[in-house]
Amino acid sequence: MAEDKKLFKGFSRRDLLKSLGGIPILGAVWFAGVNHDKKSKLERDFLLEKLNIKATPPPESGPMSGEPLRIGVIGFGIRGEQLMRSLGLATNEWLEEMAENERKNPNDMRLADFKAQESLNVKLSGICDIFDVRAENALRSFNTNDNTCKRYDTYLDMIHSGEIDAVIIATPDHWHAPMAQAAIEAGIHVYLEKPMTHTIAETYTLREACRKNPKAVFAVGHQHRQTQSFLTAMDALEKNTLGHVSLIMTTTNRNDDNGAWQYDIHPEASPETIDWNAFLGTAPQVPFNVEHFFRWRKWWAYGSGLSGDLLTHDYDRINCILKMGIPKYVTASGGIYTHRDGRNVPDVMHVNMEFPEFSTGGTQRESKENGMTLVYSATLGNQFERGTVLMGHDASMKLGNTLSIYADPRSTKYRDLIEEGRIDPNVPIFQYDPSAVSGVDAVTSATAKYFADKGLLWTYRDGKRVDSTFLHIREWLSCIRNGGEPSCGIQEGFEEAIAAHMAGLSYKIGRKIAWDEASESIIALPGEDLDAILLNNEV
Amino acid sequence: MNDKLNFNQIQLVSLVLLRILIGWHFLYEGVIKLYNPSWTAKGYLLSATYMEGFFGWLASDSMIAVTDTLNIAALIFVGVSLLLGFKSSWGSLIGIGLLLFYYLAHPPFPGYPLGPSEGSYWIINKNLIEAAALFVIFLFPTSSFVGIDRLFVKKEITPSTT
Repeated sequence: MAEDKKLFKGFSRRDLLKSLGGIPILGAVWFAGVNHDKKSKLERDFLLEKLNIKATPPPESGPMSGEPLRIGVIGFGIRGEQLMRSLGLATNEWLEEMAENERKNPNDMRLADFKAQESLNVKLSGICDIFDVRAENALRSFNTNDNTCKRYDTYLDMIHSGEIDAVIIATPDHWHAPMAQAAIEAGIHVYLEKPMTHTIAETYTLREACRKNPKAVFAVGHQHRQTQSFLTAMDALEKNTLGHVSLIMTTTNRNDDNGAWQYDIHPEASPETIDWNAFLGTAPQVPFNVEHFFRWRKWWAYGSGLSGDLLTHDYDRINCILKMGIPKYVTASGGIYTHRDGRNVPDVMHVNMEFPEFSTGGTQRESKENGMTLVYSATLGNQFERGTVLMGHDASMKLGNTLSIYADPRSTKYRDLIEEGRIDPNVPIFQYDPSAVSGVDAVTSATAKYFADKGLLWTYRDGKRVDSTFLHIREWLSCIRNGGEPSCGIQEGFEEAIAAHMAGLSYKIGRKIAWDEASESIIALPGEDLDAILLNNEV
Repeated sequence: MNDKLNFNQIQLVSLVLLRILIGWHFLYEGVIKLYNPSWTAKGYLLSATYMEGFFGWLASDSMIAVTDTLNIAALIFVGVSLLLGFKSSWGSLIGIGLLLFYYLAHPPFPGYPLGPSEGSYWIINKNLIEAAALFVIFLFPTSSFVGIDRLFVKKEITPSTT
């Protein structure tokens, strides 16, 4: 005490003020900071509670235990190799190339991501590719001392070998259904790349085969179904966050040779190294042609252009969220405007799908709103990112790897909140970014929006990427091992294929194509053979 | 150094005012982040346009919690120290360090991408100017005249004046 007295001896009130005057300022600033956070948190919680959207992670598929599944791959091209990597199997060449990339650029995480991938407990037992170079390439890497991997001359040999439990099919479109059907009928599980079929007739026969052989697990390769933002979008739509959705815009925007299916032609390709007749199958018999072999997506004979290759992705993305099924009417137009190189599939295409009886639910007078159009707009000559937007009376949803919902200024549902200034139509009322720390946020400031959009978004893509194809294949393997239905099975594939074929038909015929739900058929005029039109190379 | 400087009234008031303004700014930034559980520097660090390797490391999964905590602690320490006039030379040095980090992650160098900002900058921006102001505060300390440090100075002076 004596010390204390001594300490303050000679201290005037003025001294004290000069010593401790900062304290009230500190208190005021601290209080203001706490108060600001509390207020913005209240606003955020208020919005989140009001919207009640759950960023639910997809249900985890079951364990990968038991005997290793014996997988056969049909088609070891670009997509076949990618699918093998999702299975955990990479060629020696790819591993060397990625190791070299990692040495040059430590931020290149492709090899590290691949190595960190969970083991799916499978072995590659069979390979079927009609181009010797690719088949031998696969054998060199996968037929090792630890694993026997055989090359089969034909897919039928492999399917009936008794040494394969499941096949992954990544061939040109015109082989999808015949191969899948043969496998399913032999009781072999199938993972089939999109589009599910190349003709209308095949779509029905494949569905029939799946119905008759329910033990064989069939999945279509629409890996988007595993994307978390899509599951969050489903919840948002169930909660009627958008009101009645009248228009959906989906787009393809590409501007490079690879995006226009100008794939590399292998220097060793020749009639000696390629089984040309096996490639052609039921396609028109033409002489050996390397361009047809490597760039088959450019011709209706083997592929289906934008409608089969890319529209199917966008259609299935929306069908996964809305389950709106097959459109009642489809009109399409377009042309070959950016790549006049002898191809006969369009490179610019617009497809309008009409769902006159479909509604996501409304917030206005009953019966005022019903019906929806899905627009698919594609160009292979410009890559301005137009994204995917679902446009409802109350809000719009921008859908990608992230998800943003903006209230509509003329919304019925949010009218009061907009008037009170609690919702700004220019700032998302809900944003979901799977890479963000908390995962979900009702964004209340433009700055937060910037970080969600820019910083975290692309880092998520380039950094900690979740490989959705891996998840999709894992789901298929889990259904084989533990039971259950793949998220994109035969029914979803049927809807995808019919919708794509309707678009292809409308493009070719130049008329609105209609679907008759009662008879489950595309309406044809008397004497019209729709499949012949779809496959016609002259149009 | 502290005791040797003698300021006239206007100089002293100006320097104290500058110290309080900067302290105010730091403290508010720190408190806002402290009470916002979802705040993280990750976005700022990962979008760095310079020394990306270093800032990427600070933002890495194993580091980001430490980075965030240290950032908040440093902001609040600098704020409190400058506002109260307590260990202000430490406060100003740490503050300069923080500001240089912010500056280097997104420097307005010619040819470097500028993020969204409320003004236009070429080489010099407000982070750098604030760091320079803190250097002035470091060189011309005022906390022994106005601030808690005055208590300790007085304690030493008191015996000799009685």
